[in-house]
Amino acid sequence: MPKVKLSEYATSTVKEVCASFNNKEGELINVLHQVQQKLGYLPAEVQELVAKELNMSAAKVYGVVTFYSFFTMVPQGENPISICMGTACYVRGGEQVLDEFKRQLKIDVGETTADGKFSLSALRCVGACGLAPVVLVGEKVHGRVAPTDVRKILSECKDGCLT
Amino acid sequence: MTDYKMHILVCGGTGCRASQSEKIVDAFKSELETRALDDEVKVIATGCFGFCEKGPIVKIIPDNTFYVQVGVVDVKDIVEEHVIKGRPLKRLLYHDPATKSQVTDTAHIDFYKKQVRIALRNCGFINPENIDEYIARDGYAALGKALSEMTPADATQLVKDSGLRGRGGGGFPTGLKWEITAKEKSDQKYVVCNADEGDPGAFMDRSILEGDPHSVIEAMAICGYCIGASKGLVYIRAEYPLAINRLKIALEQAREYGLLGDDILGSGFNFDIDIRYGAGAFVCGEETALIHSMEGHRGEPTFKPPFPSVSGYLGKPTNVNNVETFANVPVIFNKGVEWFSSIGSEKSKGTKVFALAGKVNNVGLIEVPMGITLREVIFDIGGGIRGGKKFKAVQTGGPSGGCLTEQHLDTPIDYDNLIAAGSMMGSGGMIVMDEDDCMVSIAKFYLEFTLEESCGKCTPCRIGNKRLHEILDKITKGKGTLEDIERLRVLGNVIKDTSLCGLGQTSPNPILSTLDNFYDEYLAHVNDKKCPAGQCKDLVRYEIDPDACTGCTLCFRNCPVGAISGEKKMPHYIDQTLCIKCGVCYEKCRFKAISIV
Repeated sequence: MPKVKLSEYATSTVKEVCASFNNKEGELINVLHQVQQKLGYLPAEVQELVAKELNMSAAKVYGVVTFYSFFTMVPQGENPISICMGTACYVRGGEQVLDEFKRQLKIDVGETTADGKFSLSALRCVGACGLAPVVLVGEKVHGRVAPTDVRKILSECKDGCLT
Repeated sequence: MTDYKMHILVCGGTGCRASQSEKIVDAFKSELETRALDDEVKVIATGCFGFCEKGPIVKIIPDNTFYVQVGVVDVKDIVEEHVIKGRPLKRLLYHDPATKSQVTDTAHIDFYKKQVRIALRNCGFINPENIDEYIARDGYAALGKALSEMTPADATQLVKDSGLRGRGGGGFPTGLKWEITAKEKSDQKYVVCNADEGDPGAFMDRSILEGDPHSVIEAMAICGYCIGASKGLVYIRAEYPLAINRLKIALEQAREYGLLGDDILGSGFNFDIDIRYGAGAFVCGEETALIHSMEGHRGEPTFKPPFPSVSGYLGKPTNVNNVETFANVPVIFNKGVEWFSSIGSEKSKGTKVFALAGKVNNVGLIEVPMGITLREVIFDIGGGIRGGKKFKAVQTGGPSGGCLTEQHLDTPIDYDNLIAAGSMMGSGGMIVMDEDDCMVSIAKFYLEFTLEESCGKCTPCRIGNKRLHEILDKITKGKGTLEDIERLRVLGNVIKDTSLCGLGQTSPNPILSTLDNFYDEYLAHVNDKKCPAGQCKDLVRYEIDPDACTGCTLCFRNCPVGAISGEKKMPHYIDQTLCIKCGVCYEKCRFKAISIV
């Protein structure tokens, strides 16, 4: 991946977060959670800095970041779209909905559109199985989604209805 | 809860919040305020009522009126009709599909009739963000009783006698686990609550934490007292922001009340709880993996023994129980062993919470006594199969479990029976499938999950599951052979026998159980190159029957790829080279003119 020069803000954020956990190695996952929350994603340079601050190897940080699905090394789109692929949603047609999103956005799961507007992910069970299949755009939940609703959901995002 | 004449309970569970229940709460508050009723009527956002299918739910007490599918627009009418005029608003009552009559309270709704609520006793009754409401329902009485009247050994014995078994899926006797950890000598021990619910299609633990966080905190403190630990940790998924938030509030309140911290209730017992965040790894439900993750490492399991009760978090004796297990504990202390063990079957006492979902009419969170049959759960509580379709299978135990069929419908549900039937209790996901579900695809779906979630540490799980998936993929594409089916069985059993942890040891279960119960369906894919349920894209074609087609153009307008052509009022035609087999036309057609061949 391309080298990213960390901004002043990113550097100080990482340092602050690490310090708030007393730069303890055992707090790595908590540190990563907070850093991702503040910076949006965890590029290699951020991981290197975290490693330095916590006095551990970058390889170990990378190992943890790539192990857990919650951590991402690529920036999310303006409208992060998550399709629930829990079993309840799957048996009620979640896969067809996912296929339609892939087809319309021309990206695969885990990717972001070239204009940075949309990113697509599959998640496991939102806990709204009564509304299956479920699609999340940001925090907004769309329930009982059919492939024919996909176009409408996307156009709502483009119109800026998304909060 | 004494100052108010009436309480309006609005479900604040995840499902109902997705349908804007928060706005309903706000609307009630402002409506009551404008009518100067806010001193007499209190609005409370509760935890999950369970009846997610009909959400958002609003319940009014003292008269126990139960309103379903309430919208913000209905708030004014409820206040006018119910609160002011004192008569139920008929159009929002639950409509019983069998008797075609309206039902006013939960006691008469089939969905609730056969349920027994122990772990979910407070969900939907109390405001989870107010410790006083928990205390008003006997909250922290169990902790008080344990600390003041019982020795740790007595309290442990009580849990042992109750017959409570681990609700996370394994079913290990809880009291025994506590006793083993209590016997270890160490300067520091830990109580860990496993709230890393990773099973796709299950949301029991999250609902308990969202609806009744104090019951888990209280039980963890009791466990700490029993095993001699002063430190508790809740390992929770970071994807559960609402549950995390409510847990944090509850911890803060418990500390304020002196129910956590030093010298709890003047007993000299110290205990406090911290939160650790999971980051989305199913394998972290496994105890040893969970502990590694809490220590900041990759969540990879290690070989047992040593068990966590001997060497767990930071190498210290650690007792790990799941959320639902903990939620049962305070009630056992309050109501006694005899009461608890009178519920359930011989070897499985108490109740189990299930997330009932899939093709049933009543999707939701249910709690039923052990020993109830699958038929009662699916047809009485669940209200039968959607759209009058035929029941095909029910999947329990998530990716580790199996599919049960019609012949198992009258099997009483408990740990041992489900295992004997080729599935398992698991954490409580229960997905119902109908005739339109392809069992080979379902097996493949679960395996995809396992593939993604396998930590990669041991070879059978990492590579074996990959091979299984390749074979299944081949079969669903119509390229499978009879030898492939046999290979699935052999390889599946090898993975079961040789994997390191529970994830790998159970990962072939969805395949093995569908092979046992739906062998014909595998044969149809392999021999006839057909998918009987019409789900496998490579094996089906959509065709329009020119005689039945009225030329309404509905399919033409809905086809996302423009594969359908035809003039108005003339039969339409599907271009097979363009068709992506999404099935939209099939679902949209009102004249049954489109068939899957």
